[in-house]
Amino acid sequence: MLRFILNRLLMALPTIAFVSVTVFALIRFIPGDPAALMLGDGAEPHQIAAMRTELGLDQSMPQQFLIWAGNVLQGDFGRSIVNDEAVLPLVVSRFMVSAEIVVVAVLLASLIAVPAGVIAAWRQNSLMDLALVGTATVLLSIPTFWLGLLLLLLFGLKLGWLPVLGYVSLADNVIGGMLYLVLPIMTLVIHEAGVLIRMARASTLEVLRLDYITHARAKGLSEGAVLWRHAFKNAFGPTWTMIGLILGNLLGGIAVIETVFTIPGLGRLMVDSIFARDYPVIQGCLLLVSLSYVLVNLVVDLLYPLFDPRVVAE
Amino acid sequence: MKKFTFNGLIGGILIAILLATAAIGLFWTPFDPMKLSFTARLAAPSAEHLLGTDEFGRDVLSRLMIGARASVWIGALTVGFATVCGTLIGLVSGYARGWTDGLIMAVNNALLAFPGILLALGLLAVFGANQYGIIFALGIAYTPSMARVVRGAVLSLREREFIEASRVMGNDELYTMFRHILPNCLAPITVLATSMFGWAILSESALSFLGLGVPPPAPTWGNMLAAGRPFIQQAVWLGLFPGLCIALTLLGINLLGDALRDRLDPRMRGLK
Repeated sequence: MLRFILNRLLMALPTIAFVSVTVFALIRFIPGDPAALMLGDGAEPHQIAAMRTELGLDQSMPQQFLIWAGNVLQGDFGRSIVNDEAVLPLVVSRFMVSAEIVVVAVLLASLIAVPAGVIAAWRQNSLMDLALVGTATVLLSIPTFWLGLLLLLLFGLKLGWLPVLGYVSLADNVIGGMLYLVLPIMTLVIHEAGVLIRMARASTLEVLRLDYITHARAKGLSEGAVLWRHAFKNAFGPTWTMIGLILGNLLGGIAVIETVFTIPGLGRLMVDSIFARDYPVIQGCLLLVSLSYVLVNLVVDLLYPLFDPRVVAE
Repeated sequence: MKKFTFNGLIGGILIAILLATAAIGLFWTPFDPMKLSFTARLAAPSAEHLLGTDEFGRDVLSRLMIGARASVWIGALTVGFATVCGTLIGLVSGYARGWTDGLIMAVNNALLAFPGILLALGLLAVFGANQYGIIFALGIAYTPSMARVVRGAVLSLREREFIEASRVMGNDELYTMFRHILPNCLAPITVLATSMFGWAILSESALSFLGLGVPPPAPTWGNMLAAGRPFIQQAVWLGLFPGLCIALTLLGINLLGDALRDRLDPRMRGLK
């Protein structure tokens, strides 16, 4: 077990190293003087000179990387070109907003979709199965930003049940804050449920064909026991991995949802920073999201033996 | 040969409509998609303008047709880029094995550790937000998935007898690789490329919706939705039709992709 954990932790290291090198290299790929890019258009020559020394531009690339990585490890992600804010606190505060939405959405989607997928597999080719798979395929084909717009139009503008635009922090006003989160979370749940139903169904089908299920049935176990105690336990592994991937992908792709509902999250910050050519902030967003992606997948891997102890033995 | 399923047929029809619309849009649209008309601003769907007009009085149907062209074009180039690069990388990696394979796959897996859309956003910051920026950014972001799939197929193929036979006959490695191994990888490549076409169209419209895609006034489904957003209360059709186009296209690709996978991927046989 300890070996398994250490192995997985070690496997994450090269990925983290590569992610940081890529994020660092990104700025160096852009034509022009990195120091001038980091300071924006209004910079004075002496400021640029100071920045050049700070970034170590007179030194070799590997040394420049070490300077940058050293700063990042000390929590110094640089300052925003646009408003001179320190990047780390800015990025972290926006990240919390996005994470709140994504985590709740993925949790709800899993609670709805996984049982639905298992049941669809159990009644394979029945009318219910066809209906569930058909619905899932349609749901996953609807782009989230369009679904969000439609829900906004229906519940916000036509029915007037929910606030249309904006965001109130849960820390300031719990009830009010939750009202603003209903539509974005609903949008993501509907879309991701489509993906997860199909995944849960496919992996359950694979398990239901195996001999031990026939054996369990032959023993006279109830269908409920066969399905949930025997089949589900073995079938959940791939779905669990998928949930991790979705969580990570959503953190990267939430910009569209945040745009539809004007939520000040990390995705919106990143897109705005791309428009403003605010490279320190872009770097900060990229680094934070990709590291959390690696971390989420690591945690998913580490918890995997809970559902399938065989992976430890391999 | 198993017959194509009903779902596959629907998927095929939807994609055929998409391709036909894009092709017709090359030569003919009901109205000039760029022509402004201040007398016909936000006109509801009617016999003259079947799908209504937008906030500048431009015909929505004509713009959707041109948008279909942009989606197909960008999707095809992106998939083409990722397929060619990914296949070459996967072929070399799987065929060479040893340290070449180890090195290539280390970089490949590290790239896969980025969420695709995030990698694309980062690359767009470098390339600039425009049509070719998108193609490169998405193409690079999708290449590692293709490389991994092709490598997997090559690894199992290269142990088979007919590859051995090709070598014994004195064919050189390159010939064996392209004449015997590559054609046998086409099934998984086709399945993945089909899904990728869907990812590319979705990502392109999402990026255009964010304003990072093809810049207006050139219409894409994504930027039409973004532009129509402030007006959806008065002009529902501006929020409805571009999204419907994207959703139907993705549905078509998903259905077709499922059908292809059932038919071409032996692991899925018997599951349906």
